[in-house]
Amino acid sequence: MTQLNTNFAGIKSPNPFWLASAPPTNSGYQIMKAFDAGWGGAVWKTLGVPVVNVSSRYGALNYRDTRMMGFNNIELITDRPLKDNLREIEEVKKRFPEHAVIASLMVETRDQWHQIMQDVTNAGADGVELNFGCPHGMCERGMGSAVGQEPRVLKTIVEWVMEVATIPVIVKLTPNITDITKPALAAKEGGANAISLINTIQSIVGVDIDRFVPYPVVDGKSTNGGYCGPAVKPIAMNMVKNCAQHPGVQLPISGIGGVENWRDAVEFILLGASTVQVCTAVMHYGFGIIRELTEGLSRYMDEKGFSSIEQMSGKALPNVKHWEDLNLQYKVVAHINEEKCIGCQLCFTACEDGAHQAIRLNSNPAIRIPAVFEENCVGCNLCSLVCPVENCITMERRDDGSENINWKERTLAGTVPVSFNDELAGGLHHTVPMPMEALQKDLPRHYKVK
Amino acid sequence: MAEFNAPANEAEFDKNFAQLKPHMTKTQAYLESSRCLFCYDAPCIKACPTAIDIPLFIRQIHSGNVNGAAKTIYESNYLGNTCGKVCPTEVLCEGACVFVEANEKPLEIGRLQTYATQQVLANDKDLFTLPETGKNKVAIIGAGPAGLACACELRLHGVAVDIYEAKTKASGLISHGVAPYKIQNEEAWGETDYLERKFGFRIFYGHPVTEVTQTKYLEDNYDAVFIGTGLGKTSQMGIPGEHLQNVFGAVELIEKLRDQKNKLHFPGNVIVLGGGNTAMDAASEAARMGAKEVTLVYRRSKNEMGAYEFEYDLAKSVGVKAIFNAAPVEILGDEKAKGIKFIRTKEVQGKVEPIAGTEFVLDCDWVVKATGQEKHRNLFSLIQGLHTDAAGKLLVDAASYRCMATKYFAGGDAVSGGQEVVNAAAEGKQAAFGILTFLNKE
Repeated sequence: MTQLNTNFAGIKSPNPFWLASAPPTNSGYQIMKAFDAGWGGAVWKTLGVPVVNVSSRYGALNYRDTRMMGFNNIELITDRPLKDNLREIEEVKKRFPEHAVIASLMVETRDQWHQIMQDVTNAGADGVELNFGCPHGMCERGMGSAVGQEPRVLKTIVEWVMEVATIPVIVKLTPNITDITKPALAAKEGGANAISLINTIQSIVGVDIDRFVPYPVVDGKSTNGGYCGPAVKPIAMNMVKNCAQHPGVQLPISGIGGVENWRDAVEFILLGASTVQVCTAVMHYGFGIIRELTEGLSRYMDEKGFSSIEQMSGKALPNVKHWEDLNLQYKVVAHINEEKCIGCQLCFTACEDGAHQAIRLNSNPAIRIPAVFEENCVGCNLCSLVCPVENCITMERRDDGSENINWKERTLAGTVPVSFNDELAGGLHHTVPMPMEALQKDLPRHYKVK
Repeated sequence: MAEFNAPANEAEFDKNFAQLKPHMTKTQAYLESSRCLFCYDAPCIKACPTAIDIPLFIRQIHSGNVNGAAKTIYESNYLGNTCGKVCPTEVLCEGACVFVEANEKPLEIGRLQTYATQQVLANDKDLFTLPETGKNKVAIIGAGPAGLACACELRLHGVAVDIYEAKTKASGLISHGVAPYKIQNEEAWGETDYLERKFGFRIFYGHPVTEVTQTKYLEDNYDAVFIGTGLGKTSQMGIPGEHLQNVFGAVELIEKLRDQKNKLHFPGNVIVLGGGNTAMDAASEAARMGAKEVTLVYRRSKNEMGAYEFEYDLAKSVGVKAIFNAAPVEILGDEKAKGIKFIRTKEVQGKVEPIAGTEFVLDCDWVVKATGQEKHRNLFSLIQGLHTDAAGKLLVDAASYRCMATKYFAGGDAVSGGQEVVNAAAEGKQAAFGILTFLNKE
């Protein structure tokens, strides 16, 4: 089997799966249990001046039969005294010297930063992660995401830390910002050794529509929280990609956001991460998921012929382009496999109401298999995405692959539409029904207003 | 060896007759409803005789709008709760679910339907606002599914409705023709009582219509009359020995069983005659009541049984044995039935013919005839202008359910000759629209 050993900015761990700084890393007890189960590293629940938390702290977004698609919390950093955490860091490192213990830190003054860097280094931490991401509670006190949203402040604090750092320093970034590369560059300029992202996204996870108060409810009131879990993965991956592709950043990236299985981890790694951090999935299913994570990643790497994480990290980046670089001559159309079709007609209604009226029903209602009207098919994928049957609707290539002209090239060649009624408008060759035809349609009876 | 012991008390009865479609919990309903694809022009709707907007009510359940879901159901089918439990969903909505095509489990539409309606019944929710009652009055004969559905729809249009019911409770064939493992009387009556309360029609219980003075009264005092009398008692087969003790009609026995439950004692050896769904029910019930041996005998072949395959499978699953191509010749015994003499049959051009010299005798303690029910020929003969077909089924206009040029309308089993509760509910509602058109023209 492939070796999953990782060296992340000098922090070594038996595998790239780290627990993110969060409730699962609140104590030495939990982290020992996690290491014993197979986790490669853990970022300790953020240390600083201990807080007092509220009761009822989490809220969840459930979707259909899936609980906790999205997860939201209003919990703050550690509420335990620093000395207890330091003693436990020492104990964990003594028992698990090969595993990565990273201390997440959040304090205010230069002196405090210097002091706490010295404390965690003495306790044996392999690295530190500066929490510039927490978007609730702490930011109102000028810490967490309040720092992450101000690249100049971020850079200054990183510089303070680097003045005394003897172990690798990771900066954890907040996604609550327009351009993630700005704080990433500031971290780089401040001298940080790596970045990790994303922290949670500011959110209201739901509203109790009987009591008129968002979740989680604290004595009839609530506040915005930080959002994470599988639902945030696409946002996190985009930000990881942005940082990984930026020529000025060039720092090791620890990917965070909705990682639940090996496949998620592979995706983050292909987009430039070299370790991943997991929280929500552990809060949902416990440390045991690591069995599936390491085995799945290692099997994937075997099958693809990767012998190290470094080899595969960023493998998808060359294929992530700007829109203007995409080939406008490439043309796919939907194809419905009539053998597989079960006649739900979701593709029809999706295309008819939500896309380009390129799927038609049979005039004989007893035949439920729809047909693609290729002239109108723009190859948007929607039908294949809503189809509940695996491989029933496939997107088939129609151009011969001989031409490759992108927007940039067409702009240079003067073949892009430039005026409002330009003849070069991309949709001109589609049959767009007249508005009144919508009302003449013979809609199924239950669609009519009662 | 019997699979069931005779139930000694009501709890044991309920266990032997465990509901085929038990009520769902909120979590079960949430998870099950999450599976619905929300098909376009959904085939389940088309398969439902009452055309309930099934994807809509499932979506309403999933979003926590259970009362809205029940409203969607009741707008199409006034017997929504009962139908969720007794409909042969395997051959209707659930059989049409596209998941069947995908070799996946279809949505449990029946149970979801009962889940939604059950909440409304339990909480006595008001779903409909009735308009003020106008001048029109309609009489309905029979408070079964057809009559009740007709009554509800008419009341929604401000028509005053009086129902004349022969028995002391409403629900018709639900409480005498349906197996207790599909629905028990308490639940069926829970719905009919709810409808009676919410729709404000009157039911005159213990009022069979049997005399010409009564039909005359109805004609003189009402603007239209709906006949929803269903079918009558089990018909005679016309063989010797039918008069003997321990020879029962299936519907009469089922009604008694539903009422007396564990207090009704079944003997060791029961023969059920017939090949329809009622025969399957009666056989299943005898087995669940602890009869040692239950034998189903049908005069045609297995493939010609009127029963749905899943009903036959259900009977087999509780230990019922079946004999095909055997017709009863005589019920043997002095006072009580002791056995039946059968003759083997073959089919010649679709007709059953006995094969000479193939007689055989099966011993039994009880004979249950599930060989068809009588039509209410007596009632129909009292009314001028009513027409029936050769089998005694009332002839009506297919769209309006009007009995030719009379002020009578009819629907349900009296017209169809015996179908599902859901068909009666659909026809009763349709007939109400026929009646409304008729009343508006007057």
